[in-house]
Amino acid sequence: MATTVLGTAAVRRRTTRTGDELARLITWAFAAGILLVTLLLVWQLWSTSALTRHKFGFHFLFSSTWNPVTEEFGALPFIYGTVVTSFLALMISIPLGLGSAIFLSELAPARISNALTFLVELLAAIPSVIYGLLALFALVPLMRSYGDPLLKHTLGFLPLFKGPAFGFGVLTAGIVLSIMTVPFIISVSREALLAVPREQREAALALGATRWETTWQVVVPYAKLGILGSIFLGLARALGETMAVTMVIGNDPKISASLLDTGYSIAAVIANEFSEAPGATYQSALIELGLVLFFLTVVINGLARLMIVATTKKGSKR
Amino acid sequence: MMSGNRVWRKSVNAVMLSVTAVFTILTVSSLFLILGYLVFYGGRSLDWNFFTKLPLPPGEVGGGMASAIVGSAEIVGVAALIGLPVGFLAGIYLSEFEDKRFAPIVRYVADLLNGIPSVVVGLLAWALVVVPTKTFSALAGSIALSVMLIPIVTRQTEQFLREVPLSLREGALALGANKWKTIATVVVPAGSKGILTGMILGVARIAGESAPLLFTAFSNQFWGGGLTQPTASLPVMIYTHAISAYDDWHRQAWAAGLVLIAMVLTANILARLVLAKGISVPRS
Repeated sequence: MATTVLGTAAVRRRTTRTGDELARLITWAFAAGILLVTLLLVWQLWSTSALTRHKFGFHFLFSSTWNPVTEEFGALPFIYGTVVTSFLALMISIPLGLGSAIFLSELAPARISNALTFLVELLAAIPSVIYGLLALFALVPLMRSYGDPLLKHTLGFLPLFKGPAFGFGVLTAGIVLSIMTVPFIISVSREALLAVPREQREAALALGATRWETTWQVVVPYAKLGILGSIFLGLARALGETMAVTMVIGNDPKISASLLDTGYSIAAVIANEFSEAPGATYQSALIELGLVLFFLTVVINGLARLMIVATTKKGSKR
Repeated sequence: MMSGNRVWRKSVNAVMLSVTAVFTILTVSSLFLILGYLVFYGGRSLDWNFFTKLPLPPGEVGGGMASAIVGSAEIVGVAALIGLPVGFLAGIYLSEFEDKRFAPIVRYVADLLNGIPSVVVGLLAWALVVVPTKTFSALAGSIALSVMLIPIVTRQTEQFLREVPLSLREGALALGANKWKTIATVVVPAGSKGILTGMILGVARIAGESAPLLFTAFSNQFWGGGLTQPTASLPVMIYTHAISAYDDWHRQAWAAGLVLIAMVLTANILARLVLAKGISVPRS
């Protein structure tokens, strides 16, 4: 309807702008949707666990009673099982993962490194229930006949390896978790190591350092924040890992000094008991456990992401 | 003294470098060990009935998991229908319409959402769908899986769109295209291979999830009745069959494990080696 040339141009510019604004608005809405879903998650966990939050208060976190019949619920055995299995997993997966990452970034020729990294990525893609299946039918019998007796004979004087051993238990769960977290530690650490500037290595080598000294005293410290980030990322995965742990930990809400003994984890008890939990208090207690797990993983993940972002920024300056 | 020190340093060098190689071999061989076990036990257990028959009651020999295969396809398909477009559009926002304050928050929250344990995501879907409708349903499972899929797709889409050279965008804008047209006809097609790879990997990841389905889609011994009924899925069936006390159910669990891993790994290998040839796929 514009009558002048100037007017037509203005109208066209306005429709162009509206198109862009509309596209911006639509995509913004979906991006905001991510925030909304996350807020909804927090709010739902918070509100549906109100019953036990009010009933038990902070005592919930420190009580080790778990009795659905008398409706007394405490989170301690599950927090303990979650933390101990994840800690065991890291004890194995940190050396394994960091060692492999060093090999893949510092030693292996690019083609071999890429091929092996591809295989590591496939390892990360295996569903957790498959790890559980294998752990249940392969690792548990192995631990029952060889691993547990061996540990009892050699280290049995320690309370860590005393008592009954059935193959199921905290140690077995830790081993499975370690295999599941290694790929995360490898791929993020490898990226952090690859981001270390070449000059750092050349300078150390020129000063007469061996390959290993260069790696361990120069390259690894340079990438330490990224490596730490990868470990935290692995830890968050281990804390929240459900199926594989449920299938081998023994599902027994108790705190035992022995690693060979059975235990329980937060994720496992939710997976195992939630669909059949009768009564509002029982359900609320399980949801509150979910809330605890949520905060645990969010804090660890948040730290991991900050560290990884910090190293990639440092590396990209090169 | 000097030479002794050098010998020591050289041997430490050799030992430590070999140790890293051994660790790598150990890690990678665990993949082959897992695959070997699955092919051996799963291959022995897999038969035609597995794909065509319904599960039999515990204790009876035979039957299959036809309903779980269809159920998995249904749950994952609906999850993809919800999750892929949402994640894709949010990814476009992060890469193309980024504003300095809002985008970093969304990016960070997407990463956090990606790290939340799947079983907790299942609790959300339970509260949102199962409680109001008063029944376990395939839809509840799909909602849970889509919440897991969205952040994966968002971040991958963003990452691949960022790799599209600025000059392509400038060229389109200089020819008079407006921004959304530039995005739709130039930027997204240029990044499409990577985006598609990310989507396939994301769907493959949620297809193997069982924890969030346990109390959303639940399970079903019979053919599910559509989206509003409890529905069996392959990962949940692996779990319930593996922890049961029946040999024939264990056999079925191995067979299901082989089928699931074959699907997941095929998707991964196709996406990474064929579609994403030459582009680096970030870990999700």
